[in-house]
Amino acid sequence: MAELNTGDGGGGKKGSKKVRSKKQNSKVDLTAMVDLAFLLITFFMLTTTLSKPQSMNLGLPDKDPNKDNNKDVKVDENRTMTILLGDNNKLVRYVGLLATPVAGGAPKDFAYGKDGIRGELLSRKEKVLQYTGNKDKGMIVIIKPSKKSNYRNLVDILDEMAIVNVPTYAIVNEFTPEETKLLGESGGAAATPAATPANP
Amino acid sequence: MAIKMKKKSTSTDMTAMCDVAFLLLTFFILTATAKVPEVMPVDTPASTVQTKLPEKDLATLTVGNGKVFFDVKGKDVRIRTLELMGDKYGVKFSEEDQNKFAIMESFGVPVQSLKQILDMKPSDRKNVQQPGIPKDSLDNQLAEWVQNARIANIELHDKELELAIKGDAKEEYPIIRKVMDILQDQKINNFSLVTGLRGNEQ
Repeated sequence: MAELNTGDGGGGKKGSKKVRSKKQNSKVDLTAMVDLAFLLITFFMLTTTLSKPQSMNLGLPDKDPNKDNNKDVKVDENRTMTILLGDNNKLVRYVGLLATPVAGGAPKDFAYGKDGIRGELLSRKEKVLQYTGNKDKGMIVIIKPSKKSNYRNLVDILDEMAIVNVPTYAIVNEFTPEETKLLGESGGAAATPAATPANP
Repeated sequence: MAIKMKKKSTSTDMTAMCDVAFLLLTFFILTATAKVPEVMPVDTPASTVQTKLPEKDLATLTVGNGKVFFDVKGKDVRIRTLELMGDKYGVKFSEEDQNKFAIMESFGVPVQSLKQILDMKPSDRKNVQQPGIPKDSLDNQLAEWVQNARIANIELHDKELELAIKGDAKEEYPIIRKVMDILQDQKINNFSLVTGLRGNEQ
């Protein structure tokens, strides 16, 4: 029959070994607790810092209520690119004046993002620098959001400005009839004041 | 003579580490602020710019569905702003109302009906349709809110209030421009646009 070994141990010499209770270890293994604590720390650290919303700074020029004080600034048309924002994420750009665009700058549709307008902005920026030969006289981008365009379009194009690092850009609300036609809108945009060059 | 190496214990003492970990944990839990439920959730457009919004001295104008909601940070600033607005429009707010307003989330009602919103339970507030703060030229309360919040912030914190526009991505440009124009009329030419983080490059 199977025997159960009890602590007393039947076979040993009696009295040769003292019966000792097993020494209790006073240390508790804290590894798991530390693991948990650090996991929670990581969680709280990330949630507190990552939940802060991002923001994009936008500077607009002073607006004078007296229209006569708003002087028109003349710029070289070879340095300007005008970007028209239309509905359904339509984007048209032309370089120079609309009637007499610079070579290769005739009105053309572009897509938003990396494969669209960004390449064009980068190449045009280089060309302008070659043309002026002066670092301080970079490209000027005029952004014209139409009434049908939405806020995402505006933020997207401002984001492109930040990515491409365009030195000067402006948000202009005035639309000429020809420009309206380019976007294929019918009477969508009336001429309004508030030309707003921004120079971040 | 054989040199006996002292047998090294493989388990390290974790007590100090545990202490530090829990200290930090307590700190982060206490500093974490509970997320206030948004009255009007908006889908902000994404951008690659990584500037964070300031924690205080900030007023946020939330724009969505053609409506504008207003929010300003800081309890003291909020109470003072409410007082100034009450004086301006002849609406009396009791101390209880002020305290409720101080901890309230953003709102979008004319100042005349603000009291009804304040009397509601916080959980009920987002169930009612708020019409947005009037912003047309006849009754431009939005401009007044911004103006008074700026006054209150200068009085209490001696610092210019920063403005942020939190617009819905699908919002049409004219409404955003209207809000920008209101800010520009007060010579606020520098403000922030709240954006989300663009996850991956498109």
